[in-house]
Amino acid sequence: MTNSLLAAFVVILRRDLTLALRTRSEIANPLLFFVIVISLFPLAVSPEPKVLQTLAPGVIWVAALLATMLSLDSIFRSDFEDGALEQMLLSPHSTSILVLAKVLAHWLVTGVPLILLSPLLGVLLNLPTEAMPALLATLALGTPVLSLVGAIGVALTVGLRRGGVLLSLLVLPLYIPVLIFASNAIATAGAGLEIRGQLYFLAALLALALTLSPFATAAALRISLR
Amino acid sequence: MWSFFHRLASPKHFYAFAGRLIPWLGWITLLLMLAGLYTGLFVAPTDYQQGESYRIIFVHVPAAWMSMFVYMVMAISGGIGLVWKMKMADIVAASAAPIGAAFTFLALVTGSLWGKPMWGTWWIWDARLTSELILLFLYLGFIALGSAIEDKRTAANACAVLALVGLVNIPIIHYSVEWWNTLHQGSTVTRFDRPAMATSMLIPLLIMFLAYKIYFFLVLFMRTRAEILDRERNTGWVKQLVTEAS
Amino acid sequence: MKPANAPAREGLEVRNLSCSREDRQLFSDLDFSLKPGMALQIEGPNGSGKTTLLRILCGLRLADEGSIYWNSLDTLEHRSEYLAELAYIGHNHGVKGELTPLENLRVARALGGGQGGLGEDEALEKVGLFGFEDVPSRTLSAGQRRRVALARLLINPVPLWILDEPFTAIDIQGQSQIEAMITHHVLDGGMAVLTSHHPLDLSADHLSSVNLAS
Repeated sequence: MTNSLLAAFVVILRRDLTLALRTRSEIANPLLFFVIVISLFPLAVSPEPKVLQTLAPGVIWVAALLATMLSLDSIFRSDFEDGALEQMLLSPHSTSILVLAKVLAHWLVTGVPLILLSPLLGVLLNLPTEAMPALLATLALGTPVLSLVGAIGVALTVGLRRGGVLLSLLVLPLYIPVLIFASNAIATAGAGLEIRGQLYFLAALLALALTLSPFATAAALRISLR
Repeated sequence: MWSFFHRLASPKHFYAFAGRLIPWLGWITLLLMLAGLYTGLFVAPTDYQQGESYRIIFVHVPAAWMSMFVYMVMAISGGIGLVWKMKMADIVAASAAPIGAAFTFLALVTGSLWGKPMWGTWWIWDARLTSELILLFLYLGFIALGSAIEDKRTAANACAVLALVGLVNIPIIHYSVEWWNTLHQGSTVTRFDRPAMATSMLIPLLIMFLAYKIYFFLVLFMRTRAEILDRERNTGWVKQLVTEAS
Repeated sequence: MKPANAPAREGLEVRNLSCSREDRQLFSDLDFSLKPGMALQIEGPNGSGKTTLLRILCGLRLADEGSIYWNSLDTLEHRSEYLAELAYIGHNHGVKGELTPLENLRVARALGGGQGGLGEDEALEKVGLFGFEDVPSRTLSAGQRRRVALARLLINPVPLWILDEPFTAIDIQGQSQIEAMITHHVLDGGMAVLTSHHPLDLSADHLSSVNLAS
């Protein structure tokens, strides 16, 4: 990376973090949603600790998926509306790298709080203590994948007036592998078994998403802006 | 040879070429379909485990194969349209999607129908069926995105990106679902693809597969012709065609 | 296919450009060129494709046919070299309301291509925003926000300016300031393409125009 490209990466990252801090509800609302959805399950299914324990890994991950979905639009939507996205695409710097900065910012403001909050929700759902490290590890490896893959979906739908529901139709099927491996890893860890395989798989997914998603997102943005 | 393909890239020539091919494809499909169904339903022996109900595979398995094949066709022609800006490739990708979705839907319905006599339930979260269901979601997403974007060229390119992303993801999804399935159900469920299939069952299956494939191209050509007329409605040759016809 | 005669060594050259939207042909076989020290005004009634033409010129949109050359190189093949030398200000000018003008310009400097332009403060002063450096841009008026966008032209000095209605929402005094900015840029050997009904104070050998209505 040349110096000026690195500088542009840092500036975009800082800009998006500043914007997120100045419009705090954008960070807070998906998190609140995450907590509320999870607290609905004991009410809807059963407060029985045994039942909650089996449900917990899946419920936490499904809720994380939905919460991420809600926050995805913020990656590109406002930039699209005020023309900042055009300026980004007209920069001589590689669009993929700039996209990566924006996705990183999105993960820092939505993924990281989710990870920090999750042990608390694990306790609410009676998740065994042995499963807590697995919960944190899967979220740490999985939520960046959600942001990266989601960015492609937002980039494809950002030009549409009502892209929200369409976005979930496009992106949720692509999240399935993360969901399967992550929730399984938590459940397996809860049973006291080895989960290295699942974590390796999630790490591989992250590496793949990290290399391919910025290119697909940049291409999709160019198409959407026409 | 190359000039032949080059000419096909022009909608006008493709329209004429497909028009000449359609009757042939129609007859071949009909013959193969009849042959496949006859050998499958009447000639192939009864299965010693599943009785007569296994015969649904002659409809189900080719549909499942085609659902994957059509996605490949869609993603590859979408990719060609994206990279080389070839109008015909965009049209083929857009026309293939609903056909692929229909094959996927057929595979799901027949799989579920097969499940009733086999497992006593209409739906079972079998790895194959689950993968087909996710594939159907991918198709529906593709179609929904295509119809949400007004400008045809933008829609084609956006769909192509989505299809290529899906193409990378399908093996991953497939593998994850297989893995998930073995964890939760073990080997109690009879798999659709059994290791040794009698030749007398394999032959009708292959005939049906061929019939499906040619049927796909038949419908694809019909749909592309309609799509070409729609997109080229302002060009001279389409106007001339319409005035000659009326 | 390469055109028979080579494109101009310096500046922008457009050949055989055609574009249609939906079923309507906006323009076809458009040819023009722009040499250093020239401004080009795109004229035409509303809906004639002025904005579309500008978006095609800066590569945001693809033309149906035709090519655009910058310093004799095809802009689609040499995209990043071309982008490093152009600045575009569209209808949506990309000034973030949550950021201050100063922060907006810092981002623009990092994204932009040119080097050695004015400092952010100085640029804001030139466009008449002295004293507004540190207020959130959303509290500014529409005209003031457009001035922030125009200040980008001063911090990243690039030869080619592509401006879509640069005078929109700007008051009389501001208009003459902006106009002076453009004239100065052109007389200094720069190039500007703009859509505007506002007449520019440039002599005929520095000004050309393209009419899309014909």
